[in-house]
Amino acid sequence: MDLTTTYLGMKLKNPLVASASPLSESVDNIAKLEDKGIAAVVMHSLFEEQLVLEARELNRHLTAGTESYAESLSYFPELSHFVVGPEEYLDHIRKAKRRVKVPLIASLNGCSSGGWTKYARNLQEAGADALELNIYFLAAKADTEGAAVEEEYIRILKAVKQNVDIPVAVKLSPFFSSMANMAKRLDEAGAGALVLFNRFYQPDIDLETLDVVPNVILSTPQATRLPMRWIAILHGRLKADLAATGGIHTAEDVLKMLMVGADVTMLCSTLLRNGVDQVGVILEGMERWMQEHGYTSVRQMRGSMSQKSCADPAAFERANYMKALQTYRKPL
Amino acid sequence: MPNTNKTRVTIDGNEAAAYVALRVNEVAAIYPITPSSTMGELLDEWTAAGQTNIWGTVPLVQEMQSEAGAAGTVHGALQRGALTTTFTASQGLLLMIPNMYKIAGELTATVFHVAARSLAAQALSIFGDQSDVMAARATGFALLASSNVQETMDFALIAQAATLESRVPFLHFFDGFRTSHEINKIEQLSGGQIRAMIDDDLVLAHRRRALTPDAPVIRGTAQNPDVFFQAREAVNPFYERCPGIVAKAMEKFQKLTGRSYRLFDYYGPPDARRLIVIIGSGAEAVQDTVDKLNEAGEKVGLLKVRLYRPFSAEHFLKVIPGSVREIAVLDRTKEPGSSGEPLYLDVVNVIYESRARGRFRELPTVIGGRYGLSSKEFTPAMIKGIFDELKKEQPRNHFTVGIDDDLTHTSLPYDPKFTIESASGVRAIFYGLGADGTVSANKSSIKIIGENTDNYVQGYFVYDSKKAGSMTISHLRFGPKPIHSTYLVTRANFVGCHQFTFLESHDVLEKLDEGGIFLLNAHYGKDEVWDHLPQHVQQTIIEKKLQFYVIDAYQVAHESGMQGRINTIMQTCFFAISGVLPREEAIQAIKTMIEKTYGKKGEEVVRMNYDAVDHTLAHLHKIDYPRKVTSQIPRKPVVSPKAPEFVQTVTAKMMACCGDELPVSAMPADGTYPVGTTKWEKRNIAEDIPVWDPQVCIQCGKCVVVCPHAVIRTKIYAPGLLKDAPSAFLSIPCKDKEFSGQNYTIQVAPEDCTGCGICVDICPAKNKMETRLKAINMMPLAPIREQEKASWEFFESLPEVDRRLVKQSSVRGVQSLQPLFEFSGACAGCGETPYIKLATQLFGDRMLVANATGCSSIYGGNLPTTPWTKNKDGRGPAWSNSLFEDNAEFGLGFSIALTKQKQYALELLRKLEPEAGSALVREIADARQTDEAEIFEQRKRVELLKTKIIKNKSAEAVHLLSVADTLVKKSVWIIGGDGWAYDIGFGGLDHVLASGADVNILVLDTEVYSNTGGQMSKATPRGAVAKFAAAGKKLGKKDLARMAMTYEHVYVANVAMGARDEHTLKAFIEAERYEGPSLIIAYSHCIAHGIDMTAGMQIQKDAVMCGYWPLFRYNPQLFKEGKNPLVLDSPDPKIPLKDYAYKGNRFKMLVKSNPEEAKRLIQLAQEDVLRRWQTYQAMAQAGSEAPAAVDQPAKS
Repeated sequence: MDLTTTYLGMKLKNPLVASASPLSESVDNIAKLEDKGIAAVVMHSLFEEQLVLEARELNRHLTAGTESYAESLSYFPELSHFVVGPEEYLDHIRKAKRRVKVPLIASLNGCSSGGWTKYARNLQEAGADALELNIYFLAAKADTEGAAVEEEYIRILKAVKQNVDIPVAVKLSPFFSSMANMAKRLDEAGAGALVLFNRFYQPDIDLETLDVVPNVILSTPQATRLPMRWIAILHGRLKADLAATGGIHTAEDVLKMLMVGADVTMLCSTLLRNGVDQVGVILEGMERWMQEHGYTSVRQMRGSMSQKSCADPAAFERANYMKALQTYRKPL
Repeated sequence: MPNTNKTRVTIDGNEAAAYVALRVNEVAAIYPITPSSTMGELLDEWTAAGQTNIWGTVPLVQEMQSEAGAAGTVHGALQRGALTTTFTASQGLLLMIPNMYKIAGELTATVFHVAARSLAAQALSIFGDQSDVMAARATGFALLASSNVQETMDFALIAQAATLESRVPFLHFFDGFRTSHEINKIEQLSGGQIRAMIDDDLVLAHRRRALTPDAPVIRGTAQNPDVFFQAREAVNPFYERCPGIVAKAMEKFQKLTGRSYRLFDYYGPPDARRLIVIIGSGAEAVQDTVDKLNEAGEKVGLLKVRLYRPFSAEHFLKVIPGSVREIAVLDRTKEPGSSGEPLYLDVVNVIYESRARGRFRELPTVIGGRYGLSSKEFTPAMIKGIFDELKKEQPRNHFTVGIDDDLTHTSLPYDPKFTIESASGVRAIFYGLGADGTVSANKSSIKIIGENTDNYVQGYFVYDSKKAGSMTISHLRFGPKPIHSTYLVTRANFVGCHQFTFLESHDVLEKLDEGGIFLLNAHYGKDEVWDHLPQHVQQTIIEKKLQFYVIDAYQVAHESGMQGRINTIMQTCFFAISGVLPREEAIQAIKTMIEKTYGKKGEEVVRMNYDAVDHTLAHLHKIDYPRKVTSQIPRKPVVSPKAPEFVQTVTAKMMACCGDELPVSAMPADGTYPVGTTKWEKRNIAEDIPVWDPQVCIQCGKCVVVCPHAVIRTKIYAPGLLKDAPSAFLSIPCKDKEFSGQNYTIQVAPEDCTGCGICVDICPAKNKMETRLKAINMMPLAPIREQEKASWEFFESLPEVDRRLVKQSSVRGVQSLQPLFEFSGACAGCGETPYIKLATQLFGDRMLVANATGCSSIYGGNLPTTPWTKNKDGRGPAWSNSLFEDNAEFGLGFSIALTKQKQYALELLRKLEPEAGSALVREIADARQTDEAEIFEQRKRVELLKTKIIKNKSAEAVHLLSVADTLVKKSVWIIGGDGWAYDIGFGGLDHVLASGADVNILVLDTEVYSNTGGQMSKATPRGAVAKFAAAGKKLGKKDLARMAMTYEHVYVANVAMGARDEHTLKAFIEAERYEGPSLIIAYSHCIAHGIDMTAGMQIQKDAVMCGYWPLFRYNPQLFKEGKNPLVLDSPDPKIPLKDYAYKGNRFKMLVKSNPEEAKRLIQLAQEDVLRRWQTYQAMAQAGSEAPAAVDQPAKS
């Protein structure tokens, strides 16, 4: 059975990639994923904003109360160095590179153009095989026009591309007026792949305390529907590879994504929920299904159900939604 | 040949001494004490960073539990042949004295570096004089004095060389703060120079004298009348040789460095007639003054004493010109009852003994005097006063200078206007807030100028006595000549006022020269600032024709993300205006310094500072002001005219920074002061204050209980009293059934609030319409200050609640009890003070407090104003501080005295039964006094007793009257921090616990020595970074509670108010009621934890939730009821330790500095938590109550 695929110019032994998650914070976990058969690992994100905030916090706490009272002119020892920049993250990549053979894709979550480009280069130098840009801009201000937001995405991608030689994927949100157009523009701007889609932190409120609370919920299989549609639509229309992410929990989810046109599928919640052994379970399931259904390679099925190749292309477009509702009503 | 390859560094005296100490020692045993702590801290940091001594090995630094412990360890290490040092001051040196006798008696080479400081007498003082060193002069240590930063480095080395050769141990000292903290540009000794001064043969000889089982000897024997005396005299030759050895070392040093010193350095013309003899930094000021006076045709000289012990008469006499006729000997110490202070007596003796040698044709007149106690300024004006006195026919002996002694008339007159301040160079004074970074900016500027120009530099910093909202005054001098001015800038050509509000309260322009530069940070634009200046400021600007510049530094700081730090901005302004360096060059130098200072903290910190520099000049404006005063704004009175006389005449002077003007007669002779003075010091330091919303409030009282500054108060009163209320005064019916029909008000003291926001953070009631609002909300002070002032005054006029009606076992009830500890100078959001305040609410009117030295003795007892106060009946806590190490014993003394006095009172009572009446006597003797009502009744009975016997003049009656008050229950509280309870005072604490006495011990556990700047104690948790634990504390916290439980008769409670306030309250009440020793260990969040202080109480909750700080009570009373005395009051750990720990920088900075080690230690610390939890759980298993949850926000 040939499970190989290519992604960002790299030949992968299968289409299972671990997406950015706390799992990759430990080199041991990355090695375990490799053992279980993962084809590539996207590292947890380097958040420029977090680095900035941490540096400010450190500085604030080290200076608070100093030079105020003659007996306590400071409250902490003067240490000769701190690991406050991306150094810890870079070192982590270096260590992981030494330990595993699977490609490592660094993930960068920036908030200023300086940070994006500078850290991208650092990540490449640390040994990342590719880069995933996690661009997220919540346009909460009413004065910000959609076009400006789109332009910012393109600008960041171009700036990063100019600074690195390794392939660059863009992980983006589905919240564009014209997703297809946005995909095309990113493709033209040099994105090596589009990772569809980013799941964002969505705040919740606590009814008892009346606080807004962070509430990270692991994905459910229903989440696959959105990327499935867009991968189906985009497959075959872009140079960039397509990675499916969100709600992929089983071999069936993977197969579906490949059929609509994904080059790779990314796993997160299922690994957090079921452990790294789930990689083996999915691979086994895929092979079993492919055998049972007479497939010999991933290549065969990739895009076979995309909008371009399927029997009912309109099914992926909006009208389909109405039909779905009607279908649902029928039994009543 | 002198080494011409000189490295110049800009450092303070502590760093200068530590620089040498690191290089010539193998071991340092240390303990923090101001102002010497920095030396130990530097050694700890340097050794942690791998710096080595001249033999290429990193010295070992060991923090001890006290100076006595440090001295013992030094003694032991020396006996084992290690080159060993220590650093100390003041009481610390006193604690070392027993060992110093031993070390000297055994002829052991060592150097102790001492930043000389006052000894506590009528009061403690952290500031500089030589009382401590003089108290150690009989130990047999050689005493070598440095008078400036350069000498501090040089003499540290000379002392080391001399001790090795002479075998006489050395105490190397320099004046605390004046030299230890003054930043000056000096030549740094090179490794080669240090190497050349230390003779390895002597080091080997020192090591050969070590105790070793391979060639055993016995040292430290006990001797008897037959030989002790002779043996004591056997050391004489060593002392005889010692001065010569020091002189020789100084000569060698001169050859190596070009810097010349002698045992006694004479400075002045060879034919001087009048002479001042002095030790320490004062010599610098005398030297400058001597120059000035001789230029004017006088014949005056100075004799600097370097080696004070052994005192070499020969060297002394050799350097004094034969022409000298009058000598004034100055001592920076006081020896009450002596025939003169130590140096004076030595000089008199040497002069007298010189008769035999015929050194003088006619013996000169010698007078002695005291100066500069507790860092009192010692200025050229005073020095001239002394020289002038010497001209008199009969100069005053045993004088004082620098104060107005109108009591015993010892003080010399002088002209305070006399100044010798150089006209060249820059002399600048900066007024700032502790929090705004002014001092940091100035330290940076000094380094920039020191390192980038040929100028000599000097920086000295004055801090006020409060920890929150404190004012700092920086005195900077730069110039082409070495700076000897060891006194504050007397005439400035640049004044920076970094806080606009200081203009109202201080005369910041007083010392500014005509035509000088005045830089003001103001919220006002360049066109409007003039109109906002107070009248007297406008007047001075016009009269002195000042160059007036203004900047809105807070706006620049805000735009650059500097979060209220205006340091780099004001620094940029200073360089731009002063012209010390060309502007571009200065800006580049500032940026280089920013990179050097902040680079390690991350690019973002550098970026925001760069931004601040780049945006500054656009906001800096020179003001073209009118030539006439237009302002109607008067200078603010220091205190309200309603303040008592002592506050008006004495306290107010201190508050206005004019305490130097107070005469001796104004001061209480025995250190006894009136209480309740903080309320007169309206500091207005908060930008925002809490404002109550009665409609949302559930009247739970949590805000009142947690307020660290007692500025939020509750009163419950009859609605009829509202008729005179000001319009803004808020009131609402009281929700409590007990007070139905009464009204309820929460009022904030607007001018006393520090704006910490803890009250808002803890408030559980949210506004249903707008959930960001609570029942108490922070709002800007300025617009509501006047209205809230009026409301507060009215609130104060309302009666206090009848204590008997209050349910004291609930926070809801306690909120309305008057706190008798208010408006302290503690840090904004302090975690200690809410516990103290609570104790005063519950027991304040019958409380005696023994307070260990530390934060609580500083915010509790540092002048000018103190927070302990009294109620309308004149009752309140009686407070005293003895020392750091003896507080438990001090409190036990209160308890024993009370017990005895009560016994005596009962004995007398029975004798006077016929007069007092049997019923009353029986009632008094048998009274239960377990609650407020019973105590109230007993008080009434005792008052009745007094009226019955007051006219009886018998001895019994008179004595009974004097002790009758002890028949009303008193409550002895022994309060201190973990440094005291876990470390220095532990032996005493343990003994007091064992004594069974009825005392209440409150340990305010901040888990570090907070007052001296966050040094590790045995309470510091594993994994936390602290000073002396720069690489994270490796071992866990001592379990003081469990140790106390082993006695089985000690009431023990572990409390955290932020986690469960009702539990804290319960523990306080039970502890006080328990008739035996009680120990309450109170989690006290602290600025030294590196936390957001506003969230301090929430962090306490996390500490309990993760099991790090279990809540429990161990009540031996339960034994009697056949129950398990230990009750665990908090639930099983619910969150991992790191969720709590990493909210504080103390843990987090290890993650940032050494991630691997941080991971290892937090894992071990987590195991500590679980193991300790399991232990307590097992102990509490039988008969424990079901643990209640930590406080959850109540539903509004």
